[in-house]
Amino acid sequence: MARTEVLKTYKLYINGGFPRSESGRSIKALGADGGLMAHICHASRKDLRDAVGAARAAHCKWLARTAYNRGQILYRLGEMLEGRAEEFAQAIKQSTGDDLRTARKEVQASVDRFVAYAGWADKFPQVLGCQNPVAGPYYNFTVPEGTGVCAVVAPDEASLLGLVSLIAPVICAGCTVVALGSEAHPIPTSILGEVCQVSDVPAGVINLLMGKRGELIDWIAGHGEIDAVHAAGMSEKEAKGLRMGAAVNVKRVRIRDTSGDGWYDDEVCESPWWVEGFVEMKTIWHPSGA
Amino acid sequence: MSEQHPENGSGEDPRIMAQDTADTSITAGRMGRAGRPRYELTFGDAWDYAPAPERVPVAIKERYGHFINGKFTSAKEVFSTINPATEKKLALVAQGSAREVGSAVKAARDALRGWTRIGGKERGKYIYRIARRLQERAREFAVLETMDGGKPIKESRDVDIPLAAQYFFYYAGWADKLRYAVPGRDPRALGVCAQVIPWNFPLMMLSWKIAPALACGNTVVLKPAETTPLTALLFAEVCQEVELPAGVVNIVTGDGRTGAALVGHKDIDKIAFTGSTGVGKKLAAIAAERGIPATLELGGKSPNIIFDDASIDQAIEGIIQGIYFNQGHVCCAGSRLFVQEGIAGEVQERLKIRLNSLRVGDPLDKNTDVGAINSRMQLKKIEEYLKIGRGEGALLYESNGSMLPKKGYFCRPSFFTGVQQSHRIAQEEIFGPVLAVQTFRTPEEAISRANNTPYGLAAGVWTDKGSKIFEVATKLKAGVVWCNTYNKFDATSPFGGYKESGFGREGGMHGIRAYVRV
Repeated sequence: MARTEVLKTYKLYINGGFPRSESGRSIKALGADGGLMAHICHASRKDLRDAVGAARAAHCKWLARTAYNRGQILYRLGEMLEGRAEEFAQAIKQSTGDDLRTARKEVQASVDRFVAYAGWADKFPQVLGCQNPVAGPYYNFTVPEGTGVCAVVAPDEASLLGLVSLIAPVICAGCTVVALGSEAHPIPTSILGEVCQVSDVPAGVINLLMGKRGELIDWIAGHGEIDAVHAAGMSEKEAKGLRMGAAVNVKRVRIRDTSGDGWYDDEVCESPWWVEGFVEMKTIWHPSGA
Repeated sequence: MSEQHPENGSGEDPRIMAQDTADTSITAGRMGRAGRPRYELTFGDAWDYAPAPERVPVAIKERYGHFINGKFTSAKEVFSTINPATEKKLALVAQGSAREVGSAVKAARDALRGWTRIGGKERGKYIYRIARRLQERAREFAVLETMDGGKPIKESRDVDIPLAAQYFFYYAGWADKLRYAVPGRDPRALGVCAQVIPWNFPLMMLSWKIAPALACGNTVVLKPAETTPLTALLFAEVCQEVELPAGVVNIVTGDGRTGAALVGHKDIDKIAFTGSTGVGKKLAAIAAERGIPATLELGGKSPNIIFDDASIDQAIEGIIQGIYFNQGHVCCAGSRLFVQEGIAGEVQERLKIRLNSLRVGDPLDKNTDVGAINSRMQLKKIEEYLKIGRGEGALLYESNGSMLPKKGYFCRPSFFTGVQQSHRIAQEEIFGPVLAVQTFRTPEEAISRANNTPYGLAAGVWTDKGSKIFEVATKLKAGVVWCNTYNKFDATSPFGGYKESGFGREGGMHGIRAYVRV
């Protein structure tokens, strides 16, 4: 007799756990051929709120980790992603209709991206910070410090690589993340949650939501507990709405116009200048002598 | 430095005397050795201070136009700018219309190509010239700044003007070295910058805005504050003197309407603003709508934390410097004082004594510590907060050290004790010489209460324990943390806030990044 396959429930990833949406809603993830791939938990505004709460609570501790430790955790993300490369490749292939070679290339680039930022974690402060030669008897230096809770709004294109490229510099910076994955290709987002959970990423540092961008983007823009936004793949209207909404609490907003092969451009996507948008420069003075 | 009180004949350093008794509990009114309160540091008050007015002739014109395309326009609609210490009119200044803003932006746009093309080295030399000319005319600028804004001459002379010159000197040197400020990238000028500055440090804020913008190859249209336009207009003369190419710097005066016309102009590439958080949020939305970058340096309610192992004498001076500097018209003023419980009584007693020794009065007098409040409107706002604070149940202590002049906008420096976190005087920016004193027990409590504000501009930490300094400085959410010092500024040192205190940094290498496309 033919074996009946056990189908997986693709859930949200919030605070280190895998809840269904509090709304009880789900959406169909369709393959490129129009066939049903799976039912996916459909995040609501309240799920966003819960995720932001978890990210806020996790921020202090994440910031207190050493840069070396953050680097190792980013590296571990790369390791675990590598281990599940084939699962991601198949999901991307089925969802986008890309051939397997292209899908694998995207997964490999995503692994390499985590590794690149693993390396930046204990180096970007040396590139972005400095000691300042003030005209007086003071020791004065400027250090970057993670801004806080950052929302990531991922593009539909490069559903895994885009998401990873937006998340990695943000957690490298010392921020915690609430990410809304690709609406068109949600499965890689959900599997990435499973990778995070086994990569020593502390609960709440990365939170992943699947759902409809149109439903959540205004709440992300206006949320008082979100300090920054990292986004890509936006229409001009979405970008403007996000930026204007963000003014309510002076959010730091970076919207990338990266697309197509741009996601494979390491010069652009693996740069300390992508980290820089999510740090605050803190300048510390102390008298010397006196 | 303190002088010995002549009656304190023992010849002991009064600070040592204070330490002798520091372990006993303090009650108000208890007397020290020479019949004076025990912590009193004497400041030579056995003799009266002779008036010591700064006398430098400053030529103030009767009427000023805008500075557009290298020339002063003839003023059409005008308003008067007054000396807040005398309430007398100083000059008539033009109210910039949308049309005048338009011609300033056009002049900046037309000048852009040439200014970028001459290259960093030549740009730098013009900016160096400006720095030198500011140093040469420093005293004149200081007197004018004090007359127009009300700040004590000792501050405009020793802080505002020298720092303004330093900012120009510092950024002049960056002009041909920009690629070292943004490693791995090729930075380019943004274009025409719209810059709006406040009235608390008129020339210094101008230098923070104009110096980095010019060094990076941008041209600017700057609007000084309505109440303090005169040093910006004198600066325009300096631009003429150093033969800065026409249109590179344009200055349009006026009130908020002029500022709105400027930031709303379709042909600007960047908004830079220093001022209130309320206006800053509106500007953030305008910049967002236009898709242009903004640098915002907004309000603050900065904590100043004194631990019981701090050097108390230095801490008292730091508190005074932190909140009463420039009448408290400082965005990063240490307006919330957190004192560790064990030393709260002593700190409050000493604060009272030190507060009474502050000389409030004629800003042009070199002995004056606290000058005039910048405007009638600001004075009213401060008085309103004093009323609110008392109404909320906090206790007000006002300085009794000076007679306030009859004319002019003056306010006694003061502090509130018994302040709760929920009090408006502990939450809202007063922008005046008013300190809210609270106490705490543990470092954790101090940190969490210090961070409990939408602002994050600056903070102060006072302790003699090195590791504690770094721990607390790391945990405070503030863009500038002064440890065992307060209100220090330098052209090489980045300044700017966390959270709703704005984004972007001014000063230092980081200041370059606000004026280039990478």
